[in-house]
Amino acid sequence: MNLRKAALYGGAGLAVVVLVEQATGVGELTSSGTVGASLRLAIPILMAALGGLYSERAGVVNIGLEGMMIMGTWFAAWGAWLYGPWWGVVLGVLGGAAGGLLHALATVTFNVDHIISGVAINILAAGGMRFLSVIAYADPATGGGATQSPRVPGLPTVDLPFLAGGSLFGWDTPDLFGGLERLGWPVVSDLGGILRGLTGGLSWLTVIGLALVPLTWFALWRTPWGLRLRSVGENPWAAESLGVAVYTMKYWGVVISGALAGLGGAFLVLVQANIYRESQTAGRGFIGLATMIFGNWRPSGALGGAVLFGFADALRLRDPAAVRALLAVVAVGLAALAVRAVLKGDPRRAATVGGAAAVFGLVFYSVEEVASEFIFMTPYVVTLLVLAFASQRLRMPAADGVRYRKGEAT
Amino acid sequence: MRSRLLLSLLAPLVAIAFALGLAAVVLLAVDVDPVEAVGSMLDFAAQPASVVSILNRAIPLYISAIAVAVGFKMNLFNIGVEGQYLLAAVIAAWVGAQFSIWAPLHVLAILLVAAAIGAGYSGIAGVLRVRRGVSEVISTIMLNFIAVGLTAWLLSEHFRERIPGDLNIKTPEIPATGWIPNANWLLEIFGLRPPNNSELQGFIFGAALLGVIYYLLVWRTRFGYELRASGISASAARVAGVESGRMIVRAMLISGAFAGLVGMSPLLGFFHQYTGTFPVQLGFNGIAVALLGRNHPVGMALGAVLFGFLERSSQILDLEGIPKEIVTIITGVIVLAVVVAYEVVSRVVQRRTIQAAARAAEARPVPQEAAV
Repeated sequence: MNLRKAALYGGAGLAVVVLVEQATGVGELTSSGTVGASLRLAIPILMAALGGLYSERAGVVNIGLEGMMIMGTWFAAWGAWLYGPWWGVVLGVLGGAAGGLLHALATVTFNVDHIISGVAINILAAGGMRFLSVIAYADPATGGGATQSPRVPGLPTVDLPFLAGGSLFGWDTPDLFGGLERLGWPVVSDLGGILRGLTGGLSWLTVIGLALVPLTWFALWRTPWGLRLRSVGENPWAAESLGVAVYTMKYWGVVISGALAGLGGAFLVLVQANIYRESQTAGRGFIGLATMIFGNWRPSGALGGAVLFGFADALRLRDPAAVRALLAVVAVGLAALAVRAVLKGDPRRAATVGGAAAVFGLVFYSVEEVASEFIFMTPYVVTLLVLAFASQRLRMPAADGVRYRKGEAT
Repeated sequence: MRSRLLLSLLAPLVAIAFALGLAAVVLLAVDVDPVEAVGSMLDFAAQPASVVSILNRAIPLYISAIAVAVGFKMNLFNIGVEGQYLLAAVIAAWVGAQFSIWAPLHVLAILLVAAAIGAGYSGIAGVLRVRRGVSEVISTIMLNFIAVGLTAWLLSEHFRERIPGDLNIKTPEIPATGWIPNANWLLEIFGLRPPNNSELQGFIFGAALLGVIYYLLVWRTRFGYELRASGISASAARVAGVESGRMIVRAMLISGAFAGLVGMSPLLGFFHQYTGTFPVQLGFNGIAVALLGRNHPVGMALGAVLFGFLERSSQILDLEGIPKEIVTIITGVIVLAVVVAYEVVSRVVQRRTIQAAARAAEARPVPQEAAV
């Protein structure tokens, strides 16, 4: 997607959101608080999705992401409790990477079915971390217990100077975007709110997480190492015949995958909660997997999906009434797509999309409030719908999930 | 032939031994005597109340394993048993509470509803696979979470029985005609007298019957033959006239029907209503049991009892100050170890077969034409 197209879609999307906000009187959709919360909720999903990307690009299906993320949360809290938050990040990443190493050992070296190994890792991680909690926090004086850690120090947050009123060498700079948001003008304030949310109250881990998106793209699509890793996921036999160390590349992919899932877990502990709790990940590893598929096995797609699912989650937490407005946004957006399909002369597509728009519109008019369970289901339903109706546009790595053994090339 | 049987028995035993060995190392690392731990687990498990509890835990695990195994037999991975049985249980519990008829019919009606819901929900994944090429692994993972959401929503918004002062979220109780009577007399035949408050769930016979049905279906019917043929080689089966798309949908429907029945033993034999404390994770543990028992009806029964034993006896560990999560670790390790062991064993068998063939070829001189 080129820049002009992205700007066009972004502008159109903003117009729809502003229109709905004006019509329904819901202001939460573009407030800096919602946008900031969306970003915080999106990062763990994004990390898991990028993790899944490395693994599946190397041809190993990783449904153990959830387990690796759980390991990340536990070790992050433990590290932060013992040595401070940054050590928490390091240990969280290492904990996740250890899970990845186990998955690599099982699937690459021992040729175990990838799904079975993933299921086993999810079972192992949940039980193993509980076990470690019982041992590490056995003494009640620590403040932890079998299901949670003591409170741990979190990572500091920053406001960008000038844009979001952060301080620069002790001088409080003006808060440009916040000022715009407070003006209360349509469009200008909406834009201000969004930008304020993106530039204020940032954790360093958020910055690192976002930076990993272009970094992943560069590493996988612009370096020889990335080419080798992807070749192993597309056709390991051809890669082997060209002298690529297939097993090594798969190990790289899966271990990095675990490390990123662990980083996502560390984010949950050190930025969102400042504590480790059992089942804190709440299926985010699986949402990450869904996001990766939704994003067509590409970093930019993963970012888009993570932001979308994070946004839905943020609305649920901040203002359930706003979720209803989101339905209207979806309905109007789909209606616009239907009109475009008519203009392009594709009546069947227009009918399908228009029908979907009508359904969303009807739901919007008929319900008072969207039950929170349905927002919980959103990422999974969306992914299932995308898989079912847009699978022609998705292309997974050709040898993804294939059990490969060295020396089989003919 | 006999050595192959020995090898296939060897793999699960090696896996269990490895898992227990690893658990022993972990326990030693935290200063617990593993021999003592195993001793107290076995002592505890031998009590009549424990025997009842172990069997009660094994019943749904066994049915869950069968549901997974039906898929495995044709290389389909139904990870969605978890969602299928939860959704089926909550709906069947609500439907069952709406009426009261002659007891056997009432129970049968509830079972049919559960099986139908399970089959329908699993069928979604089958249809998506055949019509849209969506991997059943991914779709069943998504459907699991959707089922969890749907179950919570149905329970809190529609099926909830509102009793003033009662904060528990649960469906109305099923009338007594819908209950399955206990099977304590079965234990008494074996000279075990269960304590007053413990009941062996009567659905143990249902589970046994399902095991027989599974065996007959997979190994004694044309459908089962086509199922296994598709599992071994989809392309060969297609050449032989087996329509793979239809087979996939059917296998998913049958797998889902079994999955729908997973929750019925605890529902109709113990809870009599769907509550927040209804057992979860049975679907995922069923995958472990199916792997351990290698999709064999008897092997899976043994696996289910083993897992029931591990779960039950973990309670005594907690009382003795040993973290009971060691059992979950053992479960996870068994799953990994058993597949690794099968892989290693099959490589050994393969190598032996090749060597035997090579020896046979050396013994016989090669005909001249063949060398051309």
